[in-house]
Amino acid sequence: MLEYRIEIALWALSGVLPFIMFSLWSQNDVGNSFGLNDTGLARYFLSAFLVRQFSVVWVVFSFEEDSLSGRLSPYLLQPLHPLFRYVASHLAEQATRLPFAIAIAITFFILNPSSFWLPSLPQLFLAYLSTHFAFTIAFLLQSLVAALCFWTEKSSALERLIFVPYLFLSGLLVPLSAFPSYVLKVAMLTPFPYLINFPAKILSGMPVDIFNGFLAQILWISILVPSVNILWKLGVKRYTAMGA
Amino acid sequence: MHNNPSDLIVVDQLSKYYRVANKQPGFKGTLKHFFDRKTYDVPAVTDISFKISPGEVVGFLGANGAGKTTLLKMMCGLIYPSKGLVDVGGFSPQRRQTAFLKEITLVMGQKQQLIWDLPPMDSLYVNAAIYGLSDHEAKVRINELAEMLELGEELTRPVRKLSLGQRMKSEILAALLHKPSVLFLDEPTLGLDVNAQARVRSFLSEYNKRTGATILLTSHYMADITALCPRVICIHKGKLFYDGDLDSLANSLSPSREVKVELKNPCASEQFEKYGEIQDLNDRFVCLLVSRDKLTDVVSNLLTDFDIIDLEISDPPIDELIGELFIKGKVN
Repeated sequence: MLEYRIEIALWALSGVLPFIMFSLWSQNDVGNSFGLNDTGLARYFLSAFLVRQFSVVWVVFSFEEDSLSGRLSPYLLQPLHPLFRYVASHLAEQATRLPFAIAIAITFFILNPSSFWLPSLPQLFLAYLSTHFAFTIAFLLQSLVAALCFWTEKSSALERLIFVPYLFLSGLLVPLSAFPSYVLKVAMLTPFPYLINFPAKILSGMPVDIFNGFLAQILWISILVPSVNILWKLGVKRYTAMGA
Repeated sequence: MHNNPSDLIVVDQLSKYYRVANKQPGFKGTLKHFFDRKTYDVPAVTDISFKISPGEVVGFLGANGAGKTTLLKMMCGLIYPSKGLVDVGGFSPQRRQTAFLKEITLVMGQKQQLIWDLPPMDSLYVNAAIYGLSDHEAKVRINELAEMLELGEELTRPVRKLSLGQRMKSEILAALLHKPSVLFLDEPTLGLDVNAQARVRSFLSEYNKRTGATILLTSHYMADITALCPRVICIHKGKLFYDGDLDSLANSLSPSREVKVELKNPCASEQFEKYGEIQDLNDRFVCLLVSRDKLTDVVSNLLTDFDIIDLEISDPPIDELIGELFIKGKVN
């Protein structure tokens, strides 16, 4: 079972993109133009890393594989919506990521001692809550694409339509404060800033509009839940139980 | 179709069409397929009607692509019919209501609901939670089914480490954990060796006797059908062409029986022509095909007219008869 332990460690390590971006922005000293000094930048990207660890979603790929291989068939005949199986598997993986994420955070503080900080308990609670909401939004967005499997069979290709704006507008590559105000205004109308930028700002202690942030997250969830439900109901009528 | 309260399953003029598109080979074909795709409907099941009573074990026979699996998928609610009606215990299967799902199960050959990297026991407790069974109920039920299926330590080994037969039995255990009263089994013995097939068959027979569950089964192994299904439904190119008991089917397919005789002394073939069609004559051994209505007279005459050491009467192999039936697509 050694392979599985290594795989879990690699999962955690595979989310190091925020550290690469931190290294890039801090070396070029452009952090100041984002309104952040090196410490602020380090804290933001560490927070972005942690938020991503607990909000990353891959349901579209698992669902597509299950749908094409016929494994979805027995799930559809159980008295539990198949999407809950994927939720459970994501939550289980988040739990296994926790020790690795803590180890990576400790290593980060050893390498950047000046960036060390401990968020207050209310800060931690709000960051935890907003990360869970972020996970819910990301999960619902991907479920929406996954449901297209009932029509296209290869919906993972469509996932790129979400991934590209997610990459640029979520705050994973750069804090959103780096964008010109008109881009920022448009970005804030999408769900993406609430997936990384908003929870990461809360965790790192950066100034953030907590009330409107949570309101936007709840709004997106309340739009996406019925959308997924409707698309699923329409799609499942087309299911032909391929490969089964 | 009038629904009798004693009917558990009512299928009335059920049809299913699949929309497909053909692609020509090569780059040109790919471009044409992308920009000007022509789709058409392929009928998988056409206007099929039948009824099934509670506790029946019914076998669905047909060649590959005949429509039996599609029919099974519609009856369990996995796919939507294009036309017609299915009623299973008062439920419309495609609505997949919780009360309906708790009453049925589907086993599809090697399609696993067990989690590959974990022992079956973990998947079994997940299933128990999904069906609302308490830990105690689940434990009792697992022990009972494990005993019937002769499963022991295998349940605590990762699924990927189990043999095909052990995996299939574990799949069946997982599928029956919630005590379903209607079992849809699509090729439940596919790929298993002869011994494993026999164990699965005897388990299903025992399960039907103990619980009174209704079993609907497709299989390419005639031994499954002959051992389990008193009633068969034959499908050819999406259409039903026989619904009745297996013995009557064998009688209609072959109105004759084989009579094998071992003689004390060799005899000429002409001496047997009046008794029936000579299938084989080899020194002291004769095999005759005798029509069923003349069987008693012929056997009695043979015993009187010849010095016979041994005499055996048998049906022609059902596999061969059904094979011919699939080619013809009709019963005489």
